[in-house]
This record gives sequence, C-alpha cells and structure tokens, in this order.
Amino acid sequence: MKHPLINYLREELLPTIFCPGCGIGIVMKALFQAFKELNIDTLDNFVFVSGIGCSAWMPSPYIKADSIHTIHGRAIPVAIGVKLVRPNLNVIVVGGDGDIAGIGGNHLLHAARRNMDLLTIMINNQVYGMTGGQVAPTTPFGIKTPTTPYGNIDYPLDTCSVVAAAGANYVARWTVSHFMQLKNTFKKALRKRGFRYIEVISQCTSRMTNRMNISPGEYMKQILKKSINIKKLALETYDEYLNNIIVGEYTDRDRESYLELISKVVENA
Amino acid sequence: MERHFWSGNIAIAEAALTAGLNFYAGYPITPSSDLMEYIARNLPKRGGIFVQGEDELSSINMVIGASIAGAKAMTATSGPGFSLMQEALGMAIMLEIPLVLVDVMRLGPSTGQATKSGQGDVMQARWGRHGDQALVVLTASSPQSAYQRTIDAFNISEMLRTPVILLIDELTAHLWETVTIDKDQISLIERRYGKPGDAFFDSGDPSIPPPMPRIGEGYNVLYTTSTHDGFGIRKTQDAQIHNHLVRRIYKKIWNNVEYLFNYNIYPVDMVEKDKDIIIISYCSTARVASETVEKLNKEGFVAMNVELRTLWPINYDELSKIIKDAGIVVVPEMNLGQIIYDIKIIGNGLDIYSFNKIGGGIPIYPDELYNYIIEAYRK
Repeated sequence: MKHPLINYLREELLPTIFCPGCGIGIVMKALFQAFKELNIDTLDNFVFVSGIGCSAWMPSPYIKADSIHTIHGRAIPVAIGVKLVRPNLNVIVVGGDGDIAGIGGNHLLHAARRNMDLLTIMINNQVYGMTGGQVAPTTPFGIKTPTTPYGNIDYPLDTCSVVAAAGANYVARWTVSHFMQLKNTFKKALRKRGFRYIEVISQCTSRMTNRMNISPGEYMKQILKKSINIKKLALETYDEYLNNIIVGEYTDRDRESYLELISKVVENA
Repeated sequence: MERHFWSGNIAIAEAALTAGLNFYAGYPITPSSDLMEYIARNLPKRGGIFVQGEDELSSINMVIGASIAGAKAMTATSGPGFSLMQEALGMAIMLEIPLVLVDVMRLGPSTGQATKSGQGDVMQARWGRHGDQALVVLTASSPQSAYQRTIDAFNISEMLRTPVILLIDELTAHLWETVTIDKDQISLIERRYGKPGDAFFDSGDPSIPPPMPRIGEGYNVLYTTSTHDGFGIRKTQDAQIHNHLVRRIYKKIWNNVEYLFNYNIYPVDMVEKDKDIIIISYCSTARVASETVEKLNKEGFVAMNVELRTLWPINYDELSKIIKDAGIVVVPEMNLGQIIYDIKIIGNGLDIYSFNKIGGGIPIYPDELYNYIIEAYRK
C-alpha cells in the first residue's frame, strides 16, 4: 500500500536526506495534508522557490512540482518575479530562519510591506543547521553555539511581529508539535491573497537537540509546553516572546494585494 | 524610418521596449536612474511590469524569476549596484537564464565620484562572479549604437540562454544624439521551449543551449544552482557531471565567439593599408579615438581605430590579424588599464601602449591622445 500523500512527492528521489528526527518532514506532511483537504490533486500550477539551507531542500527536489532552488537569501525576490509574470500560479517560498530572516530579512520585510501575493513558510530551527549549528538571528538568548562559545548575546528576532507590522495579510506561528493547527493554517493561507507568512518552530537534531542531550521527541514536548497562544495574551510583549513560544495568528486581514494594485497600474497607464 | 533625439539611456530603454521587454526591476543609482524612470513611465503602457526593488539584490533576483516565468526581463545599474548583483548573475549563468543587465559605468572604486564617468567595470563585468563561468559583454559609444546593442543583447540572451551585460559609460548614457531606426530591419530572437521530460540542462552540442522549460504547466522542472545533471537533478559529488556542466556553459559562449565578437573600424578604407598606428577603444572613448585617428591621418600617418563592441568573448584570432602589422597599438581607457591585458596577449611582440585617464569624469581629449600617440610613435 502506498502512502496517501505520495502523489505530492518525487518518489524516485526518496528517502530524503533529512536527519532522523528532523522537523521538516512534519511540515511537509502538514502542507500535503492541507493540499489534499483542499482537493488540490496535482501541483501543476504551483511553483516552489527556495534558497540555501536544509529547509530549502524540502521542495527541491522532494516536492513533485516546479521548483527553483536559488542562492542564499534570495528566494523571495525570485518568487516575486515569477508571480508577477505568471499571476495565476501559486508561488510558495520555503526556507529556514537563516535564509528568510537572516540574509534575506530585508526581502521578507519588503514583501510584507507590499503585501506581495506569496505564501512564505519559514521553518525555524533556531540555528544555522547545515553549516554546523552556528548562531542564527532566531537563536534564543544565552545559548552556546560554535560561534557563541560564551553564550549568545544577540536577542532573537520575532519575525511574526515584524512581518505583521510590515503589512502582511496573514501571519501565524506554530511548532512541529502542533500538527493539526499547522495544517489548518496552511489551508487558510492557501486560500488567501496578499503576503502570507507562516513560521514553524522546528528542531535541529544534529546541531541542537544532540547538544542539549535530549531526544527530538523530548524537544518537541518541550516546545509544546513552552507554547502560549497569542489569543491568551492581552498584548504580546517582547519579554513574553523571549521567555515562551508564542503561537497562533498574529494577523488575519484582507488588504488589497500587490498583484491587484499593479494590475490597475498597467490598466490605467 | 524613424528619427529620434535621445540620450544613450533613453535609446537603451526604447530598444528594450522594441525587443519585447515584459519585466523590469531596478534600484535607483546614478547614472542609470533616468533609464529606470523612462521604463517606469513607458513599460506599463505596453502591458509590462515595472518594480523598484528594495535593493539591487532583490532587483536582479526578481529579473531572474521573471525570466524563468517566461518574460523578457532586464535591469540597469551602475558600479556599486553591479557589484551587489554579481552573485545572482552567477546563478543566472548556472541556471542558464536569459536576461539583460545594463551597467552604466561611473567612477569608482567604492562611491568614488558617483556622478562622473569612468570605465572601471570592464574586469568586473567579465570576472565579477566566483567560479568558472562565461557570459557576454557588449558595449556602445552612442545612443545609436546603444539602441542596436540593446536589441543584440536581448537576442543573444535568448539565443544562448545566458545573461548579457551591456556596458556603457556615463558620457554615452547622457549624450543626446539623433537615433535613426528602421523597425523593418530589426529581427528578434524568441525563446526556444522544450517539451515535458526534455533535458533542460544539457544539449548534445555545447554550442547550442538546451531548450527552456515552461513553468507552472506540469513539467515538474528542477532549477537548482547546485551542480545538476541534464534533468536538473542535483549532483554535488560527481566530478564528471560538474566538469561536463561547467565546460558546456563555458563553451556555449566561446564556441559562438565568431558570432558574438563585434567591432567597428574607422576609417574603413584603412583596413587594407599598412598601419602606423592602431587604436583599440570601447565605450565613449571610441568617439575620441575616431577623432584622433582623423587628425593623425590628416598629418600623414596611416591610423585606424578599432572600436570593440564586444568585450567578451573577444575573438583573439581575428583581432590579432587586424593588429599584427601595426607600427604601434594604443589602448586608451578611462581606467588604469583593463582591456590592455588582452591586447598585450594578442599583440605579443608588438609595441603596445596604454593611455589611461581617471578622475572628474573628464574624457580623454583627442588632443592629449594625439600628443601621447605622436610621442609613443617616435620612441
């Protein structure tokens, strides 16, 4: 018997190269489940764009669709170019926290400001996993990494607050321990216009949980325990972000998207 | 026949629109901003998309995405922006993406004299990326030739599935002259698409690029900047596949050198004569060189100017035949000497002189070039 979601995968390239216990597989399954529940049978009119890092490998080469595996940090602008020329395609950016929030952070900010018609999924494992687990812009304060041997003195970036403030239509954060919520968030985001940003807190088993001497499963329990839904907070503050994992929807609105605005420019020029 | 009074930048923009430009993304930078402003006004009127990116990184990457999606796409910039675009240009070379990048050269290094003209980007255009690679670098020295070279740039980019750089300097960008166009004489090369399942990243003949895939139509294309086989499958451990891919992309340019290498000789009736003096020039300096040659010929010398309208690839055999019997060869450049290195290799054994001037955007004047040449000739 075949896996019910195998149609979304390039079966001939399996198994994946992801480390045992990696969270990327959970994100992939949640996304595929969302496709299935939305009756999206093939991904023929989907284009996935990714940059550099483990998360970039999720669509390229494993998802059976067109994919563009670009250079570090530039997945969002490449995706914008594709979307503006072929507005009827669904363009999805997948990347890690180093790629999307670090080197590509400026593009994230401006894509949100423009309410660009893209779905961006940032899988946040809180380190630069592929290069050896160095500190990332999302690494918790105080943590030791190969480049913060005396502890991290940089505070982590709350990308969801930033992207929501910049003007995106939809912003949510979940963890790989929230499978159902994550799947439902993907379903919702896939049906919306404008810039949609989903951050997924994940685990790096080779560069994080192993150093903490805990199993990936134990880490998943920990992040679940640390999660507080944003609805339960009167106001999200940065202190709360630093001490917990804030999950849930940061924003859900329906502003006119960039594509609609630029179509009017072309019409009226 | 149409006659227009255009600056070099406007001539480039108009040529791009004629070539079928669908997408432009750019970031303001002197002295290329007026080209972008012209496009911003006129591209939407023709149904095209114009975006001002948040930086040069986003602009060139949007252009790459747009081209992958089927657009004829371009950007324009100047030295510092050109530096920022280099990594993405390397991606465009590796993925074999047609695009046109106009570099309006200003005076570096760094911020230098930002509004002034220079020609310091020659080596950056040719070697700015990491890794072994080749692309095409064209030049122009007037609004008229800028128009023609822009059309050529789009055609070459589609024909060879490669980024093409058009290099002009600030003097030509803001030089206003009459441009004569016969639209019936312009032929455009359109993109060659393949069928699902084709090898989109390999071809039997390295001189001919593989066809482009269409995206969003179920081809399941894998574009990857890592080393890949003919079907786009990543092969980061296979020495043979890397060797094949990188050499093929390199040969794609060099095997077509006879088609790509273009130059303009002035005056043409000098070709058959034994030359005392040959000047090799490019960009705005070619105009100065032509005037200098006129003066030299009036004084009884036999002198000729060879304006390089392609800086890469150079047809070394052809150029060495042209200069082989020259008394002296002079290479004037508004930099400290960049193309001179190629000329020294080609003209091994000849008397070759480099005339260099930088600062203030002040052009090389015909008189000073003339005096320099007379002195060099008498040595």
